[in-house]
Order: sequence, then structure tokens, then C-alpha cells
Amino acid sequence: MNVPKHWRESPQRYRMEAGKCRKCERIFFPGRLVCPECGHTGFDMVKLSGKGKLHTFTVIRTAPSGFTDFAPYAVGIVELDEGIRILGQITDCDPDSLQTGDRLTSKFRRMNDEGKTGMIMYSYKFVPDNGI
Amino acid sequence: MVGIIGYGTQIPRFRIKVEEIAKVWGADPVALKRGLNLNEKSVPAPDEDCATLAVNAARDAVKRAGINPAEIGAVYVGSESHPYAVKPTGTIVSEALGACPFVHTADLEFACKAGTEGMFIALQLVKAGAVKYALAVGADTSQGAPGDALEYSASAGAAAFVMGADNLVAELVDTHAYMTDTPDFWRREHAHYPEHGGRFTGEPAYKKHITGAVNAILDKTGLKPSDFNYMIFHQPNGKFPVQVAKKMGFTEPQYRYGLLTPTLGNTYSGSSPMGLAATLDEAGPDELILLVSYGSGAGSDAFVFKTTERLPEIRDLAPKVKKQLDTNKTYLEYGAYAKFRRKILKPE
Ligand SMILES: [Zn+2]
Repeated sequence: MNVPKHWRESPQRYRMEAGKCRKCERIFFPGRLVCPECGHTGFDMVKLSGKGKLHTFTVIRTAPSGFTDFAPYAVGIVELDEGIRILGQITDCDPDSLQTGDRLTSKFRRMNDEGKTGMIMYSYKFVPDNGI
Repeated sequence: MVGIIGYGTQIPRFRIKVEEIAKVWGADPVALKRGLNLNEKSVPAPDEDCATLAVNAARDAVKRAGINPAEIGAVYVGSESHPYAVKPTGTIVSEALGACPFVHTADLEFACKAGTEGMFIALQLVKAGAVKYALAVGADTSQGAPGDALEYSASAGAAAFVMGADNLVAELVDTHAYMTDTPDFWRREHAHYPEHGGRFTGEPAYKKHITGAVNAILDKTGLKPSDFNYMIFHQPNGKFPVQVAKKMGFTEPQYRYGLLTPTLGNTYSGSSPMGLAATLDEAGPDELILLVSYGSGAGSDAFVFKTTERLPEIRDLAPKVKKQLDTNKTYLEYGAYAKFRRKILKPE
């Protein structure tokens, strides 16, 4: 049962909310309680742009349960324009045609569900940035 | 004065051609394409559904509106393919936009007119002064039974509109509803695919209600067909809206931007709203637009909008319908399409 965990993570998954340290201005995604850089405990919420470039990625061919219908699919680390790197699934593309440095943008997509009658989990995913 | 202050759309990147479906069922693609004025339709990716299309369209609508989403006081999502039978799509959309928690939301359902139902309510709530901004979305990932006539047209897409009282891009001039109990199309609880009345869906259903709504709003506003720069009717196929438009005295230049079905298919609750969005992408200021939806069951909502000077200033803030429709397309074969639409499933 992933319901409570998914619900707790919804600010990140639904709105890409990150924490920006009020002292050293570093951005953390997901947000933190204490800044690992400067030890400050005050943060402002910032919404990430979702736009960036592909830093590195791997192609999942043998997918875990709940994801088998999507295989093969890519999971990558994306360097956002804000300067931070975040992990995400890359959809709407042939994973074998991806290259590091590709421009990506985020979309709201279905991640998986807990079977036919269970909860549906949504999240941000990355897609190639084609201006649409 | 109330009206539209921002709009946005989302069309999946996948398509299937009429020929590809006809090949599987032994149908004649030439007759189908000519008879329905339909060439291909959009297909949702396996990770797209009514909620994801609605969220992505609504984000662009908010971007064009240039507002803080926390000020949206009402969110209505119209669809016949809500992902849950019980649990609103509107909660997902509101949360993803950042409109929670001070927001009234409801999911609407009325076959293909659920989207304009939301627009109707959103506009009236703003007009009444009950909320500052209201969001209405029409979104569907509709299915036709394998081999059924609807399989050639049932497609996926969403159009979203933020309504407000200032900074309008299109002012609401008037609305009118026309509705009767007409059993032309339905889907029972737990049924996977809808059933329909075949030829019964034409004359006493689509044509009667569209015509009734158009005549009513023309009467109410004192306008005549030639007064409109543009018009959009619901588009279950590419044939019905053109037939009714011509019969009522409208001409091709009036529907050229809004008629999307020949390459999009029928996006159900998104259909006429998407046609409105495509028209807003092209219209100039001070132009009159007539929008008439149709939902089986059956009813039509008619709206007259007048565009403003602000429209050309905001339209480039998000992708246009034509770009989403005509670029970055990936064509599917029937097998992949059947998998994407869960018509075939792996054993659990
Ligand atoms: Zn810090």
C-alpha cells in the first residue's frame, strides 16, 4: 500500500516544489529540514521549471512490477535550468534515440497504479522538448 | 463583463490512421474516409489519461491567463473517461495546479458536452461574483468497441479555459442551452465500451440539438449566421458539423480553424472546446465566435464570444493547437494501438 507515501510526496510529484535555502540560496529537491551546505533551517518553497537537459540516463528493459507495460523506457538524471539535477522517467520517445544533452521538459503523467482496482499514481515525467 | 482570460490544450503525440483500423476489420477505408470526413485520430500514450491531459492543458491555460493558480476558486472537469468511477479528477487537477485548498470542484459528465458544461458553470460563477477565477476543462481518452464505427473516431485530447472578469481574451456575449432526453448513445456502469443508436444519432440527436441551440441563441442575441467571424460545432466526425453548418447558412471560412476532427478524431468532451482554442489561436481582436457543443443523451450548449485586444498578446505564451496537432506525430500500427488502449492485456 503506497497511498500514504505517494500522498506525502505529491507536492514534489504534482508541482515539482523544491526548497531554497534562505541563507546560501541552494535549491534542494525534495526540500530538506536542514541545509546540508550551511546548516540553515529556513527554506522558501520554489517551483522548479521542469526544463533542462539530459545529464545521463539508462534504459529499463526488464521493468519492475507495475511498470512492465511501459518497457523499454528511460530513466535519467536531468540538469534543470535552475542548476540542480533531478531523477525522472523519460517518456514519449524512443529510449534508444535519446542522447545526453537533449533538451527536455516536464509533463504530468501517470506513473503506475496498484492493480486494476487500486490507486493511480501520477507524477512529473520528462519528454523531449519539442515546444508542444 | 466576464469571459475567457486564458486557454490551453493537450493532444497526445500518437496517431492511428483510418486505413490501419479498417485493414484489421475488413472495412473499406476509402468509403469510411469519405463518409466520415476522417483521416486519422489521436491516441493517448499508455501513461496518459483524462487527468494528465487535463492538467497539462490547464497549466497552459493558467500560463496564458497570467494569474496565481491559488486564486482559482472553482475547477470543473468534464469527461466521460474520468480515471476513477469514484474520486474526482478535479481534485488531481486542482492539486497539480496549486489551486488547493480554497477551491470548489466537481467532475461533470454529459457524453461529449461535459467540457462546455464546465465552461457554462465557470462563466456563470464568475458573473455572479462567487469566485474571482474559475477553470473549466474538457478532457477525454474515449474508446469505441473494436470494429465499431466509433473506433475510427474516438480519440484523446483536452482543452482548458480560465474564466475571469478582467483581462479578457474573449468576452462572453451570451449563452443558451437546448436539452431533451434522447437515448442516442450510452455506456452502462462497468461496461467497457459504449453503445449507440446507429443512424438514430444523426437527425433526432446531433442535428436537432445543434440546430435548436443555434436558433435559440440567434433569437436571444439578435445575431444572424453571417454576423459571426468564426463558428465551432461539436465534431463527432468531419461530416455532421459541416452538413449542419451549411444548412444553417454558415460557410467554410467560418469553420476552417475550428474543424479539427479530420486529423484529430473526436476528443469527446474536448472536441468543441479544442475547436474554440484553435480558433482563438488565429482570430483577431473584436471578432465574434459561435461555439455549440453536443452531448449524447442529449443536449447542446451555445456560447457567443467576442475576442479582445489582449488575445494576440497572450496566444504565443503556450503551444498552439495546430502545432500540437501537426508536429511530432508518431503513427501506430493496430497491435501497438490495441496494447496502448488496453484492448489486449498481458496475463497478471
Ligand atoms: Zn544553505
